[in-house]
Amino acid sequence: MSDSLSGSTRIGITRRCFTAAWFAFAALPGSARAAAPTPLTFDTLYSEFGVRGLVFSPTVKASVGKPVSIIGYMAPPLMAEATFFVLTREPLAICPFCQSDADWPSDIVVVRLAGASPLVSAGTRVTVTGTLEVGTATDPDTGFVSQLRIVDAEYRRGP
Amino acid sequence: MGRVFLVGIELARAPSGSPIDEVAMLKRALLATVLVTAGWTGGAVAQTIYPLDRAEILSGSKFDLKVEFPGTVAADQLKVTIDGKDAAEVLGAKPEIVAKEDGHDLTAYWLRGVSLTTAGKVKVEASAGTEKKSVAWEVFDTPKGRVAKNVILFVGDGFSIAHRTAARIMSKGIVQGHFGGELAVDDMPYMALISTPGTDSIVTDSANAMSAYTTGHKTCVNALGIYCAKNKNTLDHPKVETIGELVKRKTGMALGVVTNSEIEDATPAGIVAHTRKRSDFNDIVEMFYDVKPDVIMGGGSPNFLPKSTPGSKRKDDVDYLKKFEEAGYAFVSTKTEMEKAVADGKSKILGLYNTGNIDGALDLKYLKKGSVSKFPDQPDVVDETKAAIATLSKNPNGFFLMVESARIDKYSHSLDPERALFDTIMLDNAVKYAKDFAAKNGDTMIIVVADHAHPVSIIGTYDDDRPGQTPREKLGTYADAKVPNYGPVDAEGYPTNIDVSRRIALEFGTTPDTCFNAKPFMDGENVPAVAGATPKTYVENPKNCERPGAVHITGNLPFDASSGVHSGDDVLLTAMGPGAEVFHGRLDNTRVFRAMATALGLAK
Ligand SMILES: [Zn+2]
Repeated sequence: MSDSLSGSTRIGITRRCFTAAWFAFAALPGSARAAAPTPLTFDTLYSEFGVRGLVFSPTVKASVGKPVSIIGYMAPPLMAEATFFVLTREPLAICPFCQSDADWPSDIVVVRLAGASPLVSAGTRVTVTGTLEVGTATDPDTGFVSQLRIVDAEYRRGP
Repeated sequence: MGRVFLVGIELARAPSGSPIDEVAMLKRALLATVLVTAGWTGGAVAQTIYPLDRAEILSGSKFDLKVEFPGTVAADQLKVTIDGKDAAEVLGAKPEIVAKEDGHDLTAYWLRGVSLTTAGKVKVEASAGTEKKSVAWEVFDTPKGRVAKNVILFVGDGFSIAHRTAARIMSKGIVQGHFGGELAVDDMPYMALISTPGTDSIVTDSANAMSAYTTGHKTCVNALGIYCAKNKNTLDHPKVETIGELVKRKTGMALGVVTNSEIEDATPAGIVAHTRKRSDFNDIVEMFYDVKPDVIMGGGSPNFLPKSTPGSKRKDDVDYLKKFEEAGYAFVSTKTEMEKAVADGKSKILGLYNTGNIDGALDLKYLKKGSVSKFPDQPDVVDETKAAIATLSKNPNGFFLMVESARIDKYSHSLDPERALFDTIMLDNAVKYAKDFAAKNGDTMIIVVADHAHPVSIIGTYDDDRPGQTPREKLGTYADAKVPNYGPVDAEGYPTNIDVSRRIALEFGTTPDTCFNAKPFMDGENVPAVAGATPKTYVENPKNCERPGAVHITGNLPFDASSGVHSGDDVLLTAMGPGAEVFHGRLDNTRVFRAMATALGLAK
């Protein structure tokens, strides 16, 4: 218990620093961050969620190519520093990248970071901001196929 | 190995003042014991022959004979014989010899898709010059011909003794040491202890465990329907025929595969699949399509959808829902659609009821957590079993049906006792239905077995009326345990309330670092640990630490474990019907295949 308490204190401090840094970066011109990002949630990504497939919600369809933000949990990453991770609705106990009997949930979001960044524990909520991309794409390094991506992205800890 | 381990501990604890040569002597003794125990011979690596030594092969079943010769061996130096005669001639196949196969320093010799049809022991010898290696196989016949019209194999994934006992207490009640009734899984005339080790380890996973039941051959962790050779491509390893393929190739029987996991998961896949890696889900869908079981039911639809469909997990644009429909299947995605397809008399049904696993009984029936809000009309394993039997039993040639209650295992991994026990009761209800079906004609063999165990045990009860807040204060052992006070059971034998003041303490022998408060997980399946910031480490799920009375539990598993693990304990098998009398004493898991093949007369 004492471990986890000091852990959350550390996270708190880091979050404040990180948030400040993010605002500074967000103020930079150039990328899709010029307009305020449309907040997305895992509950509103799809208008239909069924066995025959998923249907993107009108909000998602209207936000393609535009800045968005979403809160979720970082799935166990492939590497400590990466430019690519999977965002999930709930913290993932299993690691589909590391164990063969685990499988991804269907409603994941792939996040491609603007630059390499240290990744955080899957128990930590993160807010991801970037440009929304939809449609089939295969990651050239891992072969990972995704339908919904936030690219040129950055993240901060906490909601 | 147990003794070796103890010597190791003694060494580690030896006082620092021990004479050095005594320690050295112990070390030598330890090394010698390890070498003898592990059967090392030292020297050059010998050739490996697949199927491995002591394989039992159904007469007439297909398999790949592969020999891996170390190094580069000229074709005229290679000799593979069966009882002294050239193997290629005996098996009527042309050998394929591959030097440096997959870049390995070995020469591979293959005879693919061969079979042996004379029962008895055979000696297979592979020689390269003077280097000789031999294995013994037993080819077995099914001399009585077919004695069972139908076979129903129930697999409780991870279904261990404590699950059985706790489900009996929960579902039937207990008064002064007497249960209020029998579970259907207990009330069967034949019983055996089944040992589950694989070719590589004393502990199996669901893949090699199921593979032993469906092929009669042991294999290694993560593998299905193959021997684990050195091939790089997971689909290239030497294959052995599955009971699903045998039934389809040799009989006019109907075939059914029913589960509440994803249909591509190891246990259902074991009926059709050949792969070194159970996570080859997209290939496994194709293998289902190749074998074409008449009834296929479970979760896991994304691997059937072309990659252009949002939610798909395929890497190609093949639409397997469409392909199955074109092959004459009725595709159903809800319980209502499933029941309509049965009522309409469809003979081929593909039912996929969830994108992931079908929700377990506790969520489906009472708590409505998990994915029930997204998939409100999912069948449970009992509904699926009824639909499958109704459909398959129309075939006058009989049927083979595999039914899995998959989440006993999954909820035991997640250290969620109530969910694991509800799914044990669900398995029992499905077995009861099958027994009632079998009672009508007496020509159905029913087997109920686990594929492997979990380290679970009943150690008492957690009693909220005991003083204190934490699990250790709430735990009553021996006389203090008394009996649990679950709510009354419903018509299906499920307790109507699990969040009661005195609950069964079903303990898990293995944990990652986690937080624990000995209360049921009313808001959804337990997530004991989450990935830590350091790759391949897991830390306690912080949400669990906020639960009232929660204490931190230091894990006893390797740091890369996120949940509980399987155990290597034997499991119980119960059985009834024609052919089931062979189940008694202790048996290797491969004998389950042999019993089913024998009951169906599948030889030759
Ligand atoms: Zn398992």
